[in-house]
Amino acid sequence: MTDTAMSGPASFADAGRVRDPSAAPLTTADGLPLKAALRRSQRRLRLQAVLLVLPLLLFIFVTFAIPIAMMMSRSVQNPEVSEFPPETAAVIDDWDGEGLPGEEVFAAMARDLATGQENNTVGRVTARINREIPGARGFMLGTAREAATLQPPYKEAMLAANKGWGNERYWRLLKRETRSITPAYYLLALDYEYDSNGAIVKRPANYQVYQPLFLRTAWMSLVITGLTILLGYPVAYLLASLPLRTSNLLMILVLLPFWTSLLVRTSAWIVLLQQQGVINDLLVFSGLLGDGSRLRMIYNQTGTIVAMTHVLLPFMILPLYSVMKTISPSYMRAARSLGASNFRAFVTVYLPMTIPGIAAGTLLVFILAVGYYITPALVGGDSGIFISNLIAENMRGTGAQVRLAAALSTLLLVGVLLFYWLFNKIVGVDRLKFG
Amino acid sequence: MSLPAYAGPGERAWYYGFRFICALIFLFLIFPIVVIVPLSFNALPYFTFTEAMLSLDPAGYSLRWYNALLGSEPWMSSIRNSLFIATSSSIIATFLGTLAALGLSRPQMPARGLITAILISPMIVPLIITAAALFAFYARFQLGNSFFAIIMSHVVLGAPFVVITVTAALSNFDQSLIRASQSLGADGVTTFRKVIVPLLLPGIIAGGLFAFITSLDEVVVVSFLSGPAQTPMTVRMFSGLREEISPTILALATILVALSILLLTVMELIRRRGEKMRGMSPG
Amino acid sequence: MRLLKSLALASAASVVAIAGAAIAQDKQPLTIVSWGGAYSMSQQKAYSEPYTAKTGIKILNEDKSNEALAGVRSQVEAGQVTWDIVDMLQSDAQRACEEGLLQKINPDEWLAPAPDGTPASQDFIEGTLGECFIPQILYATLFAYDTRDFPNGGPQTIADIWDVQKFPGTRALENIPQKNLEWALIADGVPAEEVYTVLATEEGQDRAFKKLDELKPNIIWWTQGAQPPQLLADGEAAIATAYNGRIFSAQVDEKQPFKIMWDRQMFEVDGWTIPAGVKNEAGVKDYIFFATDTQRLADQSKYIAYAPARKSSIPLVGKHEATGEEMLPHMPTQEDNFKTAVRFDTDFWATYGDALEERWNAWVNS
Repeated sequence: MTDTAMSGPASFADAGRVRDPSAAPLTTADGLPLKAALRRSQRRLRLQAVLLVLPLLLFIFVTFAIPIAMMMSRSVQNPEVSEFPPETAAVIDDWDGEGLPGEEVFAAMARDLATGQENNTVGRVTARINREIPGARGFMLGTAREAATLQPPYKEAMLAANKGWGNERYWRLLKRETRSITPAYYLLALDYEYDSNGAIVKRPANYQVYQPLFLRTAWMSLVITGLTILLGYPVAYLLASLPLRTSNLLMILVLLPFWTSLLVRTSAWIVLLQQQGVINDLLVFSGLLGDGSRLRMIYNQTGTIVAMTHVLLPFMILPLYSVMKTISPSYMRAARSLGASNFRAFVTVYLPMTIPGIAAGTLLVFILAVGYYITPALVGGDSGIFISNLIAENMRGTGAQVRLAAALSTLLLVGVLLFYWLFNKIVGVDRLKFG
Repeated sequence: MSLPAYAGPGERAWYYGFRFICALIFLFLIFPIVVIVPLSFNALPYFTFTEAMLSLDPAGYSLRWYNALLGSEPWMSSIRNSLFIATSSSIIATFLGTLAALGLSRPQMPARGLITAILISPMIVPLIITAAALFAFYARFQLGNSFFAIIMSHVVLGAPFVVITVTAALSNFDQSLIRASQSLGADGVTTFRKVIVPLLLPGIIAGGLFAFITSLDEVVVVSFLSGPAQTPMTVRMFSGLREEISPTILALATILVALSILLLTVMELIRRRGEKMRGMSPG
Repeated sequence: MRLLKSLALASAASVVAIAGAAIAQDKQPLTIVSWGGAYSMSQQKAYSEPYTAKTGIKILNEDKSNEALAGVRSQVEAGQVTWDIVDMLQSDAQRACEEGLLQKINPDEWLAPAPDGTPASQDFIEGTLGECFIPQILYATLFAYDTRDFPNGGPQTIADIWDVQKFPGTRALENIPQKNLEWALIADGVPAEEVYTVLATEEGQDRAFKKLDELKPNIIWWTQGAQPPQLLADGEAAIATAYNGRIFSAQVDEKQPFKIMWDRQMFEVDGWTIPAGVKNEAGVKDYIFFATDTQRLADQSKYIAYAPARKSSIPLVGKHEATGEEMLPHMPTQEDNFKTAVRFDTDFWATYGDALEERWNAWVNS
């Protein structure tokens, strides 16, 4: 029932007295041309559909999409430096960036420090600059306390008060960062920085944190995804090939973990894997291990991989199962009867037909895994944490940098959405099902 | 998959070998959940089986961790907070999600794929990102540390589950039943109440239960949005697990496992009922 | 169907009941943020419970001091301050104060004088009162070990900690650069009084990280103060850095066979701060005045082995409430314990902390 299917007859202008039914311009009971009536009713139905979706769509837009967009925008904002030294910002653009700036920039800075000290705003900018130039805090706060008593020429006075003011990098940083938008946090999130000449370079190896962690997150998620395929495929196959009554019963073993609290499952793994835990006890009890050589299976990568494989396994089994259920066993029988070995029939006939299920499960598990926070935080120790954990650390830890957290979040989100787009393209979100 | 009578020894070995592997995988799935149940009755503050427990000595077992849980006002008030948040947010999520699913399943719905993708996205976006974003958002409106902010964010997180389950129920839905109802003289409201709702109810309840359990289990967002007056049990549990893991947590975990078994049973009953109503053979 | 209806009714009823209970409050309660575990317990026993008994004002406790700086920053910047009083380390308080996030405090107006009339500003141990910071206790971070792992005697010096041949076993350290880098330099032979000068140089930092590299295969990390005694008790670690009060609690309350190594304990101060723009300023002032007087600070040491920050409180330190153990010998300030103590330099960490934390994260995750 689409517009085009009915458009032929209704294209006749003259309505009313036509005999030939095939050429009849149809009308509704109240005399409207059918096409218009249909279009109107279509429009009404479409409006109805949209109105039904609208409340949730608006709700998600306002309380989810907008907050995320706001957070992303914070990753490039730079109010600490751009708002603090208004007078310096006004004159520093005229400085060519070579050597030390002249007296007027120093004088402007002196005035800015005096106002900053008065309004208690100097601390924030100091904290921000001190991150890039350790020690800047000392000379900025020190001079700020005496700013009111400084006498011109300011350049000499400030250099005499603290030789930190002679740091050319400091002035170049100010010149760069007095803009209201900065790429600094994205550079940091990718382990790049400005060198003393203001060029963008890779940070020294012993300061590289985020790039290796992004890679580790992706790599460990891949391992976990691979493990869920390895463990999920046989189970899904068994479930799909058993009679419905038996498979429904066994399905409970898959659905129960799925319905059980993530925290409960993670604490269960802590209980099982820790050094005085159930598995180590069993191994020692059975004589396989000495009491002194208990295995370290938790608070490291192993802990994260085991626990997350367990947590995400149902997300692999369910899509696999729903695809396998639709594959008729007669295909395999046909292959076998044509002389293929069991293995060959499986590889050439069955496996290709389950690829949509594998794709759906793989993408789903991977997308969920890269964003994991709780399980790595509880069982990951230091070698098993994910990028989410460092985002959290930058949200709330002692050295928190909220804008860096926003930059890291944006990068992670872009990655996740890319895979989500792929998932939607290949599998389709409307095909997602649980249980 | 049953073993044919003509199977050779190799096939036979493979058949049993395969089932053995599957049994191990099922064990992997279920053992961690089962193991905490007896440990929660441990008379001693350990997370492993004591000799008294293994020899089934009644003195090795006790209810002390359950008493500790139920007798602790901080734990009980956090459980009340959790139930309050989960109930309110799942009701709202079910309502909004069901409406949206009804709209999405209309053939006239424009841009269906894109809109579905947007509605499902809260399930996909890493929770820490959602938490960071919502924390700043609600704080800006002076709504941090409030039940309102927590419930609203749990509606966002729970609604996708409702959309998915109700859409799935609708895709099994025989549209001709609506026409049949209308041709028998029922108006829109009557058709909705007497035909659509009963047939969709299993999907709606399943979605609601999903939203409920999602909220009950959620830690990350709520830990950013809750103050001491709203602390839910998950946040208490999370910090307990990070600091001093006490068997009290295992007692709560056992109760939560019992709850998930209960919910799973309810779902299964509803599913069977739904299949019967649609005239399909019971599973 | 009927079942579902009654379920729905029951849950609706509970919603109404809970919402009602949440609204019913008489006096405005105070939200106090602290560290959790045994430390929060000692504050609740010594300060909050008597305060509630006296005034009827309820105290809500939140265990978020390990994210206090970020929390105060975001609350003050958003203009929604929900924390009334925040327990912070002196170093965090100093930074927060510089950033204008904390209320400035006039000690003689806000705090009670000592019983003999000495004004508060003179009564606190020198150098502990800050512009925005009211000290409560002096505490030490130090190494402790499980005697079961060392039947022939445990480590005695920082150098022993690095000697994994003589003292095998996992070391649990806090996952922060603070204190660990100082100890690494001391283990590498730097005299304690030069540690911070050396650590301010690039070469000194390299040296500290290199020394830690030696120990890294034997390290697991902790992040919360309650973890180290737990890790020792569970056998996850044989030696751990910890706050002395936590080890004391494990020793006397749980009878754990732990021993403290006082050599090169690093001591610092912990205390109260008040976020700028706190709503109930009068209520906060009243609580602070009560909770920081001489008797209350002395009372806290009945529950945990930290030294009170008021000089007038020290003679009042008595016995452990639960076990009757004499508390003075367990104080980090006690003469024998204090011989080789190193003062944690908050100013150094305010300057170099960010850069060293980044390098630390890179090192830990590599």
